[in-house]
Amino acid sequence: MIAPAKPELVTVNIDGKEIAVPKGMNVIEAARQVGVDVPHYCYHPKLTIVGNCRMCLIEMGMPAVDPATKAPVMDPATGKQKINWIPRPQIGCATNASAGLHIRTQTPQVKDCREGVMEFLLINHPLDCPICDQAGECKLQEQSTGYGRGYSRFIEQKNVKPKRTLLGPRVMLDDERCILCSRCIRFAKEIAKDDVLGFIDRGSYSTLTCYPGKKLENNYSLNTVDICPVGALTSTDFRFKMRVWFLKQTNSIDPESSVGANTVAWSREGVIYRLTPRRNDEVNDTWMADSGRVLYKAVTAADRLTAVKVNGADSALDIAVHAAGELFKSAAGAVAIVGSGRSSVEEQFLTKKLATALSASTHLVSRVGPGDKILVSADRNPNVRGALVTGLIPALPAAQLTALGAAIDAGKVKTIISVGEDLFAAGLNATQLAKVAVVYLGTQANATSEAAKVVLPTLTVFEKSGTFVNQQFRLQKFLKVVPGASGATDDLVVLAKLVAATGGTVPSDLNPLWKVLAAEVPALGPVTFANLPETGLLLDATPWAALPFVEGETLHFKPAAQPAAVTA
Amino acid sequence: MNLTPATLSRIDEVIPHYPTKRSATLPLLHLIQEEVGYISNEAIEWVAAKLELQPINVYEVVTFYPMFRQKPIGRRHIKVCRTLSCALLGGYKTCASFEKEFNTHLGEVSPDGEVTVEFVECLASCGTAPVVMIDDELHEKVDAAKAKQLSDQIKAEAKARK
Repeated sequence: MIAPAKPELVTVNIDGKEIAVPKGMNVIEAARQVGVDVPHYCYHPKLTIVGNCRMCLIEMGMPAVDPATKAPVMDPATGKQKINWIPRPQIGCATNASAGLHIRTQTPQVKDCREGVMEFLLINHPLDCPICDQAGECKLQEQSTGYGRGYSRFIEQKNVKPKRTLLGPRVMLDDERCILCSRCIRFAKEIAKDDVLGFIDRGSYSTLTCYPGKKLENNYSLNTVDICPVGALTSTDFRFKMRVWFLKQTNSIDPESSVGANTVAWSREGVIYRLTPRRNDEVNDTWMADSGRVLYKAVTAADRLTAVKVNGADSALDIAVHAAGELFKSAAGAVAIVGSGRSSVEEQFLTKKLATALSASTHLVSRVGPGDKILVSADRNPNVRGALVTGLIPALPAAQLTALGAAIDAGKVKTIISVGEDLFAAGLNATQLAKVAVVYLGTQANATSEAAKVVLPTLTVFEKSGTFVNQQFRLQKFLKVVPGASGATDDLVVLAKLVAATGGTVPSDLNPLWKVLAAEVPALGPVTFANLPETGLLLDATPWAALPFVEGETLHFKPAAQPAAVTA
Repeated sequence: MNLTPATLSRIDEVIPHYPTKRSATLPLLHLIQEEVGYISNEAIEWVAAKLELQPINVYEVVTFYPMFRQKPIGRRHIKVCRTLSCALLGGYKTCASFEKEFNTHLGEVSPDGEVTVEFVECLASCGTAPVVMIDDELHEKVDAAKAKQLSDQIKAEAKARK
């Protein structure tokens, strides 16, 4: 791969501070680097620049040169080159850094401009804040405290617009709150490639709308809610559920596919209220799919497993682990483990340990769906690469568990440990399952947990900490958002107890476990869970470079090898 | 969309005048409104397909300009000026007499389908106020009497057509 050319650096002066930035970087980003906030609404780092909110007005100047000789004009008072300031303000978002650019963001003129823009924006903006979902994370509210008047000079009638327009199944529009920044329109067009939003009419009658008969229903529609700087676009799922300032933010990872979009889970008192994307310029920019945002509902779903069961009767964890140990002993040498691409790296490592202790064969369930070329990849398991890295599986999983099925038919497998995988869905039939005893670890009830001899309820991704390896071989960590459901036990604890039942010992706490991981898994050598960066760590993928991974191209990811034929 | 071959050829002629197809949106809408009289949703979708845009892009343009109509109008479009000079010299009265003559209201199609009466801004003939434009024809110093005379003329033409 050819290394990208190093950007040319230019020195700009922002509020008297000199800083070197890449040439062409806009003033909002340049100012951010020196810790100066330039307020803005329509500007978004991942969207095109339109410059229609006018909030980022700044003063701009260039060093003076003599028009005839091109010699610098010096200022005798300071002994430095004179700066020619443009008398009128310029918008920061569309002003690009060039050598010698001077910017002032704190002058009375700039303050005046911001106050003027704010006053116009607030003319038709309702005083909805007490009932508005955006309150607390609203840019308009924030800037009002800095640049608002506190009272209105507007004595005319305010515009009345619709308050509840459904733009699509997941997005509700309040027209009165909209400040016409067009972020959502640009997002739909540029990122989601579904150009259905637009402004109709004009002046103060301008209204955000979909083309008649169309809906904002693509799988990325909720990103418009995230980037809406005001409360105009709200999520039908989160609407009126909770004030945002009560919510605790915990970093998580979207487990719906091998993209591993970085997310933030917002929770209060052990209840998750919403999932939003977390910026990671190497993985998901500032976006995530709508389908990943509802996954938190699994935590309190009706089919959640909450009771340890042995032969269908309620039991206790240690008794169940003992029962499982007996099953292993009676089927010595005929145990198979169906691991999961949904388990964390740590769990897969312990699954591997368990397999080694039982000399069991290991299998993994493949989940393949169509990739959408944005942030949902063809591999719907978040952590197949983790299973490769930890050595749980030597090669990519087959589409179905036919090999395991054949082994059962041949009588070579008597007991199966399933880590959260529904064996029926993965290709085994009822006669095959009737021949074996199943030990099931999992969060949700399914046909396999019904048929299992031993059921050990475990935790969802939101109730435990761990790491996933995404399609780029980027090791990313997710943290425990809410306490585990009652009756369920951490997967690591359950796996460690099962290993103990075979006579071995492995740590079940993350930090000691990572010491073992770092020592035994070469790819994870220098890593510890604590020092893993927020944006993840790229692992060396060379040992697996030749494998035919199923992923096609997605945002920030190009498959190295030709993708295998999609079989689902 | 059933456009006449003449309009279609003008449309195909106008598109390459612009560096990008998108720029031909306005001329295309004008040509269609000239022939059909208004811009229907069908026309919006047709223009969008023709210019490789999404319908919403054309819809934004149509709603932005008041001169694009989204509903059919009467056979003739009576535009009465209401800017300062005409307003001072009785433009509003002129308009009222047209409304009375055709038993209609501003912006509506008259019951006989003959006319739509509307106010417009300055028609650039302030010296001969109040002025009225009927389709593409300018009429000057239109007082109540002249409005009656013009209306009678339109009605006579309508009768002759039947």
